[in-house]
Amino acid sequence: MADIVGKIIRVNGPVVQIRCKETIKMLDMVEVGDLRLVGEVVRIKQDIAYAQVYEDTTSLKAGDPVYSDRVPLSLELGPGLLGNIFDGIQRPLEKIRAMEGDFIARGIHVEALDREKKWHFIPVKKDGEKIAPGDILGEVQETSLVKHKILVPPDVPEGMLVFVAQEGDYSVDYKIAEIETGGNVIPIYMYQKWPVRKHRPYKQKISADTPLITGQRVIDTLFPVAKGGCVSVPGGFGTGKTVVQHQLAKWSDAEVVVFVGCGERGNEMTDVLANFTKLVDPRTGKLLLERTVFIANTSNMPVAAREASIYTGITIAEYFRDMGYDVALMADSTSRWAEALRELSGRMEEMPLEEGFPAYLPARLAEFYERGGRVINLNGETGSITVIASVSPPGGDFSEPVTSHTKRFIRCFWALDRDLAYSRHYPAISWIDSYSEYVDEIRQWWDSQTDGKWVEYRNIILDLLQKEQRLQQIVKLIGPDVLPNTQKLILETCHIFKNAFLQQSAFDDTDTYCPARKQFLMFNAIIKFHTKAEELIKQGVGIEELRESSVYQSLMRMKEENIDELEKFINSIEQEMEKLKK
Amino acid sequence: MNMYNLRQYTNLEEIAGQLFVIKNIHNVGYNEIVEITEETGDIRIGITLEVGENYAVVQVLGGTSGMSLKNCRVRFKGKPLEFGVSSQILGRIFDGLGNPLDGLPKPVAEEEMNVNGMAINPAARDYPENIIETGISTIDVMNTLVRGQKLPFFSGSGLPHDMIAAQIVRQARVEGEPFCIVFAGMGIKYDTARFFIRNFEDTGVLDNVVMFLSLADSPSLTRLMTPRFALTAAEFLAFRKDMHVLVLLTDMSNYCEALRELSTMRGEIPARKGYPGYLYSDLASIYERAGRIKNKKGSITQMPILTMPNDDITHPIPDLTGYITEGQIIVDRELHARGIYPPIAVLPSLSRLMKDNIGTNKTREDHPSLASQLFASYARNREVKAIASIIGEEELSALDKLYLKFGEIFEEKFVNQGYNERRTLVQSLELGWDVISVLPPEELVRISQQQIKQRYRYKK
Repeated sequence: MADIVGKIIRVNGPVVQIRCKETIKMLDMVEVGDLRLVGEVVRIKQDIAYAQVYEDTTSLKAGDPVYSDRVPLSLELGPGLLGNIFDGIQRPLEKIRAMEGDFIARGIHVEALDREKKWHFIPVKKDGEKIAPGDILGEVQETSLVKHKILVPPDVPEGMLVFVAQEGDYSVDYKIAEIETGGNVIPIYMYQKWPVRKHRPYKQKISADTPLITGQRVIDTLFPVAKGGCVSVPGGFGTGKTVVQHQLAKWSDAEVVVFVGCGERGNEMTDVLANFTKLVDPRTGKLLLERTVFIANTSNMPVAAREASIYTGITIAEYFRDMGYDVALMADSTSRWAEALRELSGRMEEMPLEEGFPAYLPARLAEFYERGGRVINLNGETGSITVIASVSPPGGDFSEPVTSHTKRFIRCFWALDRDLAYSRHYPAISWIDSYSEYVDEIRQWWDSQTDGKWVEYRNIILDLLQKEQRLQQIVKLIGPDVLPNTQKLILETCHIFKNAFLQQSAFDDTDTYCPARKQFLMFNAIIKFHTKAEELIKQGVGIEELRESSVYQSLMRMKEENIDELEKFINSIEQEMEKLKK
Repeated sequence: MNMYNLRQYTNLEEIAGQLFVIKNIHNVGYNEIVEITEETGDIRIGITLEVGENYAVVQVLGGTSGMSLKNCRVRFKGKPLEFGVSSQILGRIFDGLGNPLDGLPKPVAEEEMNVNGMAINPAARDYPENIIETGISTIDVMNTLVRGQKLPFFSGSGLPHDMIAAQIVRQARVEGEPFCIVFAGMGIKYDTARFFIRNFEDTGVLDNVVMFLSLADSPSLTRLMTPRFALTAAEFLAFRKDMHVLVLLTDMSNYCEALRELSTMRGEIPARKGYPGYLYSDLASIYERAGRIKNKKGSITQMPILTMPNDDITHPIPDLTGYITEGQIIVDRELHARGIYPPIAVLPSLSRLMKDNIGTNKTREDHPSLASQLFASYARNREVKAIASIIGEEELSALDKLYLKFGEIFEEKFVNQGYNERRTLVQSLELGWDVISVLPPEELVRISQQQIKQRYRYKK
């Protein structure tokens, strides 16, 4: 198939230099050596092209042939993505395992989407209709959760539908339609190819207005993210980045989830996979696997493919967004991606900046995060991509380049705190360093659910937490006893809030997912307690009495209750506390 | 293999440190082995680090001392570094490049395996399960070790990490299932190697141990190969011979320093503290060779030991290790100074695989919440202690005083145990309840009321 375009003249790790006898373009895909290892052209200098190779380059020699079709590295987008696990350049890992065994051999060429499998296609357009890029030609019920819409590829010009297949079972490479445009007839298949580094077009970006409900109290209530937002989750090792990512992949109310394991542990991917084949979505009762695409490029897999895996993930996310879905993309971890960038940059002898990272690191980060967002698609529907990307700062130091540059391109920041993690307060999201700029955008949604109280309560609590932070400084110096009762109450309320509300166990069957309604009730109960306690303290009730009261004890164990009991409890708070007055 | 690869060359272009450049060569592959024969007939091994048109850069694993541009013959073998594995490697001691050190002949190879290994397909991995009972309370209850896990020791010089590792090896034997140990010593002193050998002898496991030693006085670059030989042996034993393999790698700090040395020699751009930017990927290529594979009986559990330079956990070596391994056990200088053995700092220690492998039907139903409560209460103890050191114990509230007492008892009864003391998991859990019952039941918010009723030691 591919022609010989040149030969190798130098091999240095994953970077290979090629002397070209034919012209070759930037980002063209090449296959190097007799094993035909897949690579991509990343730099051209006179007749020499530099390619980063996505597989281990051991045994490549100077003089080995290089092949290319002169097309960029592209993904196959079509039915068969969901529930599947791919490597960083979209090779299906299950299939590779069936072909090659438990270890990943080199030079495997296998199509991303299964060509054998038949999908039931139902056309929604008819012959003779006018058709534009992004239009929906038909539908395939890919899994019981997701209807896969077969789209006209964005790069096909407007035209007339001259043929569309009848309802029936077809494989992905079956020609299901033909479009006549400007005298040409363009065939459309059930799958389309799209270059991995190019963003898929849309009509326009619109602002986000609905929160992504994650069932995690600290996130939904204090630092919410909107559907179409970008979040960064930085944290040193052991602070629980991965668990946060897993929880969101499991419980967030996105319609499609793309989970990218970028340079992380192999066992973590196994964990997600094993879990998702068992776990059931609380809203639909279907397996979570049915709405999830996995990209796994673990830390011991080739570094160049790790660099590509992030783009593979977001391109797939865009494809589902184009169908009108709310997609969540989890990337764990973007630091590994940045390090891959650094390694490849070093091999190409580029000038390094801070910590050895290349000068284009911020530009690449910006490009990636801008592919998230809520948009009106080419076909007029709305879809969104929420990007939730973790960052692994060396030594847990948030001033390092990847964290600090990332902060410029995201609007929601969940800082993971080592001290919280050490005391097993999970999720270890710091209430002091984290922030969300989406509060105003999604305020309306929360207000409609909570009688307009959410923002007010949120401000009260954040204020208390700030005050508590300052009071703790004083306590460290002079002890808690000297504080007046009103200030001691702040400490107590925050103690309840931290233990009974913010702390949430991912491994407890009831606590792992907390519905928005219950979150608000718990929130409400704590505020009610605090307001009433303030009043009682003025009337002379002591802190010890409050702490030993039955209301206090019940507050601490709120998570175990169901919504009905909580409502009853909230209604009884004031009355119960009145009894403390003697 | 084609004929070109057997060609010999005699003229080197340049020698620098442990690298040399050779020109006018053909058909040499990247990352392949090179055999260098000296006039005396001694053979050294090298690896091609870079190949270009007509030239190659070769890293000599045995060091370049005594080499000149003319006095040696260079042969390119056309294949990557391999280790001849067989069941007979059990009970043997090898150097860092897989040559026997025990005076016995090389075992007959059943198979030649590439020491660089291949990545396990993530779809083929099986999630680690079955805890390994180490008999140490702080590990079993609070940082449970699981078969197929990679759990490192972060230690410092002068701390008893070797003793703890030896105690685990002695106590964690899996009865009834084929079990063996692969030991890789990188840049360690002979005394340390001797300590482990004696320990293996005493416990009668020596016949089930394969050792790879690249001691402190051997050329630093052989250290880079030592863990790869060891893990190749481990993969063979686990996935071909169905054994449960425990791999001890000590000391990973020496490995990383050798890597930095090589990187500097090659003139690469350093990332942090002079370590190369690919330190993470390189460490991952070692640590990720642990785990289980679907439909295979064996498993590889890794316990790397590293000494943190200046006890600094943010140093690149522990930092990047922590990002790859599934938790860490931290050996603490302060506890050690107070005579507590094993001096494991439980708060910063972590086992990531613990959560899925403890509790009902796995260990005991109260295990997860008890562990969580012990962590929370001990963390609270630390805060109280900090306050007490400023305002004095007298000023503390009654509850805070109880927390102080809890901390003392926790460290002395629960953390502290003998070098030869093997506590079963049930013993450790019961001890945990004894200790936590110092605190009033209302404080135990991470334990359900039902479990408190059942197990709390109410004072009579």
